[in-house]
Amino acid sequence: MSILVDKSGPFTHGTNSVQLTMVTVLAALAPATLFNLYLFGWPAIFLFCVTMASCMAAEAACIRIAGGDPSRALSDGSVMITGWLLALSLPPWAPWWVATVASVFAVCLAKHAFGGLGQNVFNPAMVGRVVVLVSFPLQMTTFVPAKPLFSAQAPSFAESLHVTFGKAVSLDGISAASQLGLIKTELSRGIPVSQSMAHLPSLSDMMLGFHPGSMGETALPLILLGGLFLMWRKVISWHVPVAMLGTLFLLGTLFNAMDPARHASGWFHLISGASFLGAFFIATDYVTSPVSKSGQLAFGIGVGLLTWIIRTYAGYPEGVAFAVLLMNALTPILDQHFRPRVFGRTRKGEPLSLKGDK
Amino acid sequence: MLIDVGSLAVMGVTLGAVLGTAAKLLAVPVNPIEEELQALLPGSQCGQCGFVGCSQYAAALAKGDTPITLCAPGGKGTIEALAKKLGVSADTHDHVEKGPEVAFIHEDLCIGCLRCIGECGSDAIVGAPKQLHTVISDACHACSKCFKICPTEAIEMRPIPPTIAGWHWSKPGDHATH
Amino acid sequence: MKLFPILGGIHPEYRKELTSEKPIVALPIPAVLYLPLQQHMGAPATTTVEPGDLVKKGQLLARGAGAISAPVHAPTSGKIVAITELTAPHPSGLPTLTIILETDGKDEWAELPAAIDDPFAVTPQVIRDRVAQSGIVGMGGATFPSAVKLGLGTAHKLEILLLNGAECEPYLTCDDRIMREHADAVVDGARIMAHALGAPKIIIAIEDNKPQAIEATTKAAASFDNVSVAPVPVQYPMGAERHLTQAITGRETPARKLTADVGVVVHNVATAKAVHDAVRLGRPLLSRVVTVSGGAVAEPKNIQVPLGTRVTELLAFCGGATNAKRYVSGGPMMGQPLPSLEVPVVKGTSGILALTQSETKEAEPQPCIRCGSCVTYCPCGLVPVEMASFIRHEKLEEAAKIGVQDCVSCGSCSYICPSNIPLVHFFNYAKGRIAALDRERRKTEQTKALVEAHNARLERLAQAKKEAAAKAKAAKEAEAAQAEASGASA
Repeated sequence: MSILVDKSGPFTHGTNSVQLTMVTVLAALAPATLFNLYLFGWPAIFLFCVTMASCMAAEAACIRIAGGDPSRALSDGSVMITGWLLALSLPPWAPWWVATVASVFAVCLAKHAFGGLGQNVFNPAMVGRVVVLVSFPLQMTTFVPAKPLFSAQAPSFAESLHVTFGKAVSLDGISAASQLGLIKTELSRGIPVSQSMAHLPSLSDMMLGFHPGSMGETALPLILLGGLFLMWRKVISWHVPVAMLGTLFLLGTLFNAMDPARHASGWFHLISGASFLGAFFIATDYVTSPVSKSGQLAFGIGVGLLTWIIRTYAGYPEGVAFAVLLMNALTPILDQHFRPRVFGRTRKGEPLSLKGDK
Repeated sequence: MLIDVGSLAVMGVTLGAVLGTAAKLLAVPVNPIEEELQALLPGSQCGQCGFVGCSQYAAALAKGDTPITLCAPGGKGTIEALAKKLGVSADTHDHVEKGPEVAFIHEDLCIGCLRCIGECGSDAIVGAPKQLHTVISDACHACSKCFKICPTEAIEMRPIPPTIAGWHWSKPGDHATH
Repeated sequence: MKLFPILGGIHPEYRKELTSEKPIVALPIPAVLYLPLQQHMGAPATTTVEPGDLVKKGQLLARGAGAISAPVHAPTSGKIVAITELTAPHPSGLPTLTIILETDGKDEWAELPAAIDDPFAVTPQVIRDRVAQSGIVGMGGATFPSAVKLGLGTAHKLEILLLNGAECEPYLTCDDRIMREHADAVVDGARIMAHALGAPKIIIAIEDNKPQAIEATTKAAASFDNVSVAPVPVQYPMGAERHLTQAITGRETPARKLTADVGVVVHNVATAKAVHDAVRLGRPLLSRVVTVSGGAVAEPKNIQVPLGTRVTELLAFCGGATNAKRYVSGGPMMGQPLPSLEVPVVKGTSGILALTQSETKEAEPQPCIRCGSCVTYCPCGLVPVEMASFIRHEKLEEAAKIGVQDCVSCGSCSYICPSNIPLVHFFNYAKGRIAALDRERRKTEQTKALVEAHNARLERLAQAKKEAAAKAKAAKEAEAAQAEASGASA
């Protein structure tokens, strides 16, 4: 009896799989997402559903065009993460078509035009967000304060339908700026950061999420919890989050100490905007970040640095998405230069000399 | 007298200069890549590629008007080396790798005519007139020149069977292990 | 003992409990044994017997050929019925020259070389000769002739003989059982080997999931000052030669060098036992302990198996195998798939595994998501994801540049890959292909040299002919002139 030998070893495998990894990430996102859906009510829930559905539809369409099997591609769960993160990065009361346009760009342009799962250079969710941010700045910077479900100020189901699916709803009356946006506009009016900070919710309120912002920019403790869960499950390592948040905090603290009128504090940078979501869920995206630990450290530092620069000097109040995309472009170079040292060789790749130096 | 010598000298110098320039201008250019390519070929001038010899094949390759897959004795290794030198992708799909071969002389058919010995470029056949000839397998590179010239068809090109020592895993996805 | 960390590595499901408490049992001698002439690294042995010969247990059947080779002996008494090409226990499934021995059931010993009563009083050369003569090879699976490895002391200054009892491969328990049941023989064999090597110190490294083996060897080593037992953490691939050396001594073996270059030689515990038998009892290597295990095997066992026993008989002895997805020789991580169940057990067969689908967890490869797990877990500091993508596009030179030849094929990357990409298979292919291309290039170079010599000779001949012709002509003319002159004078 002869046996077909078509495969070299090993003949055993770990329990991890692409699906399991993706499901773990979704599970880590779930608590923060649920809390935010509660905070921002029905419009947020509608927007979330629209984003997920359009991303999945775009994925299925792309796979079908490429001649693949859509059900198999959808089952790997990667597009759900894209949709989920994209939804979290939109203002919760944004109209449905913003979400749809963002989804189509995220999935079709950023992911499938590059060859699908694993081939994309840029983080799809961030591409989607940035495309709508530069195309529809009004809709993308109109934030509302938290109006928890079933609370008095929450819109009714019908009103909510109108917010998400209606025609050009004006949110002027209830809109509010995000804290990063606020200090930026105030600064442009000549009001120093130290003063405008007084108009913001307290840091503790901001941490809990009771402030205007995109869904993923609020409820920091739950995002942090999800991040720690991912680290515990070994889905992500500490390198990117620590490097990114550390850089952001250090720069913030340093410049705040030098000129408190011009620069917000390190703590403020940490807890405002999408710092946490970006550090734990976006910059850590496998496909678009370096594979080696040293490369990830460099990547995290780069994201932190660019985020701080964009927030401080550029025209946009929030810079995580741009910072991540810029660093995504550098990933291939980081991959080339940050490699582990090969066993028995020097960093340069020469065999170690027998004297034992490294 | 002086004028005669002078005019001849001028004519000589001028014509010499013209000829010299012409030789420079009209020189048959030897493409340096040609020599490099020739260095990659086995050099046994077996002619299996359809050209007279390795240098002619190298010249054709340098011009780029012939496939890089024609050298049978060189095998896949040579194709890949040529592809690299020429900066083209080694499309070995249409190349049917014959697999390594070696010439074998059937003793009962050999008449000891020496023709194969004269033909062999790598001195891989030994024998004397009217004596049995034999192939030194290690030195044979399967150019099949002896096979073609043998008047009694005593020479056979035999495939070298794969050995465990020479075996390696095939690329994943190419399900052709055995 | 202070240990040093090693890079990367994984913690697979060990499943050693299937056989770890099963004492070694001897297999009844099969009716026919199949003994390949190549059961070791190096040149195949050359036969010293003919079909029809009657042989006794321990008699030489084939002697080692060349510097790196090993002889083959008759595992029992019987009759040589044929010497023929049969499928080798190798993934290629190619045939290899095999001696077929029909056993007579008498198990009669041949006259064996005399036991060396005091191995520490003889020269290292005597020990090495005995080991070479006994056909002992590295029994952890590498099958490198042990006598050659015991000669490393002549060219290197050695400090430590590291006895490898890590047995980090899942399922395998043969070394564990040998250490538990034959601790004294293992320690004695190690001391003899250290003497042959000229290594003053012996360390027996055992993963700490084998407490009984640690206890037994510690007890056996207690009376010798220079022998110590080092429990090492459970971390695959702890048993890899270079990694074990690093874990114990902190010394990193440079690429393309031997551990001997940093003063350490690593031998397997089963090899030590075989050396003990060869030196103290004069017995050549005739059998080995094989772990037969896996979810498909009815009764997994540790078996003392005569070399040349077919796998089918071994499985039958264990109640047969059902629902096996893969048959593997060795451990599941670095073992080789069996091309057939008719192949024999050879000197390097540490285990025969029949694994079910639930154990192999085979799945269709999915696209790489660049998670970087393979980079994190590679014990050699390589970037498997990048090497595989180079190899996929047949860019072997680039893959070599980033170290594919430094890969030890431990399988950690393939094991951990969430996309089930057969990374090690890519590397095995690349390593083999690079070696094959190298051979082809050498062959082309050799042909070129021959062709050039041939052409130079032809030219010389032509030149000589021309000169000879010229000379002949001159001679003829001279002769003619002379004749004329003499004619004139006459």
